Amino acid sequence: MNSLYYQKRLSRNIGDKFFTSLSVICALIAILPLIFLVTYILIKGGSQITPELFTLEPNPPGDDLDAGGINPALIGTLIITTIASIIAIPVGVGGGIYLAEYSKGGAFSRFIRFGVNVLAGVPSIIAGVFIYALIVSTKILFGSMYSGLAGGMALSILMLPTVIKTTDEGLKLVPNELRYASLGVGASMYTTILKVTLPSAFRSIATGVVLGIARAAGETAPLIFTALFSYYYITGFGDLFYEMGSLAVLIYNFALEPYDAQNKLAWAASFILVLSILSVNIFSRILAAFTEKTKRV
Amino acid sequence: MEEKLTLFKNRKRFGIEKNIDIIFKNTALVLSSFVAIILLGIILVVFFQSFESFSRYGLKFLVTSEWNPVKDEYGAFTAIYGTLVTSFLSLLITIPLGVGTAIFITEDFVPKVFREIIGSFVELLAAIPSVVLGLWAIFVMEPFFRAFFVFLHNFFGWIPLFSSEPTGRNSLLAILILVVMLLPIVTSIARDSLNQVPKKLRNAAYGIGASRWKTIFSVILPAALSGIMAGVLLALGRAMGETMAVTMIIGNSNAFSWSLLSPGYTISSMLANQFGEADGSQVSSLFYAAFVLMILSLVVNIFAQWLVKKFSLKY
Repeated sequence: MNSLYYQKRLSRNIGDKFFTSLSVICALIAILPLIFLVTYILIKGGSQITPELFTLEPNPPGDDLDAGGINPALIGTLIITTIASIIAIPVGVGGGIYLAEYSKGGAFSRFIRFGVNVLAGVPSIIAGVFIYALIVSTKILFGSMYSGLAGGMALSILMLPTVIKTTDEGLKLVPNELRYASLGVGASMYTTILKVTLPSAFRSIATGVVLGIARAAGETAPLIFTALFSYYYITGFGDLFYEMGSLAVLIYNFALEPYDAQNKLAWAASFILVLSILSVNIFSRILAAFTEKTKRV
Repeated sequence: MEEKLTLFKNRKRFGIEKNIDIIFKNTALVLSSFVAIILLGIILVVFFQSFESFSRYGLKFLVTSEWNPVKDEYGAFTAIYGTLVTSFLSLLITIPLGVGTAIFITEDFVPKVFREIIGSFVELLAAIPSVVLGLWAIFVMEPFFRAFFVFLHNFFGWIPLFSSEPTGRNSLLAILILVVMLLPIVTSIARDSLNQVPKKLRNAAYGIGASRWKTIFSVILPAALSGIMAGVLLALGRAMGETMAVTMIIGNSNAFSWSLLSPGYTISSMLANQFGEADGSQVSSLFYAAFVLMILSLVVNIFAQWLVKKFSLKY
């Protein structure tokens, strides 16, 4: 009569052991390659980092051992993501404000929310195709075809859903009491939004937006036939209307080159891209955890 | 009473302030409708650009695999087949791995700290750009799997999927790199929906004597199923549209082959490869292919959203 004790050989206990080990194996198979991948990128890429990397132009692929640096691509990525942010943040925050503060859950706002989710699922290369048809092939931007400006527009399409969603959700978390209080003392709707609700949702919106920017910085597909690529330094404002390099496209182009020097440059660029994206992610996570602990109200 | 009314009258807003309020509201309204404009714009532009090719080849485009810019013959069957095969097969591998991992980090097999570290690590991986994964696939994964592919061909060559000599870049590698990309998505969504299952369901199952895995299979997984399904569909949409990593490793060949060990094509990799240099009716045919891709991913996405709405947890 020891049925109260744990019996190893009972079929249910054997079955449990089996499935537990199965899930451990799944976790190991899933996680080990991922750990390996990150460490490999960081070690292999980190070992290629030199000071000249940040100041030189890349040399055109060829037999020479010296590949040069990635300065134009680095600056190009900064410029293109800035353009995308300048377009996507005002539009997205404004749209999010309408959804969260003004709309009353009618057909229009439901359609827009649905559209945001659908747009978020549109393949990134389609955004590139769209901008190509709209801007590159029509030369609508003062006769220039491939340009950094077009690339930034393509990226902004990808950022837009993220920005709207985070604004919408961040504003919805602001307690209604704050709105009542502000409207109650006679503030108008726009004062309430600009002075009360937006500031109190600022941190969650900013976190989401920064994550969206980090994500856009690594996007390649929308850039390969909108911004194309360039080997030359960016010297002035006029360069916005010409082909512009970016880290992501540099990795793509140089990974497919048969020369070792170019491949090394691709690894170095990956290191910089991955390191900056991961640190933005980790930083915003810590910030979010910190905010949660010290939340007022 | 009299006094109150005058107070009320004096509390009118200034005209300017009123106007600012209205302008602000309408600006927000216009900005929010940008989403709809862009979405419709994308659909219309891609459709009209593909019109020439559509009227010339019709639905034959979808089932022929001739892609010859010299003879002006276009058919995207190889790319469509490649898109569907790579995304479905990669999902087939990802689902058990991802859900298994999600169960591992929602049960209490290891201390909470470890589970949280694993969970946030998996989420971080979703942030790695696909072009970097492609680079890794070319230089690390391909040499690593080379011997395994030869083995696969030698012993399972009678299966059509493995019937050709393995080449340096092939569809199977694309499937494997897609698994790496989809794992974080499926795992984190499955974990979230497993966490949302109320604790009392688990306690009730334990209370009537169910073992841990009996509880997981008969109570927790069914309760979380809709969330997991939605995550899987989102991952499917991502897999179909995924461009860079696949383009870099799939080999980009339009010659149709059943074998996964020979180079292939997907719609997105075809676009990435040919769009820059295409002209004439080739551009239109590429737009047609892009339109097919867009419809595929729209259908998957809308179905996922419908699923979430219809079956969202009712506890």
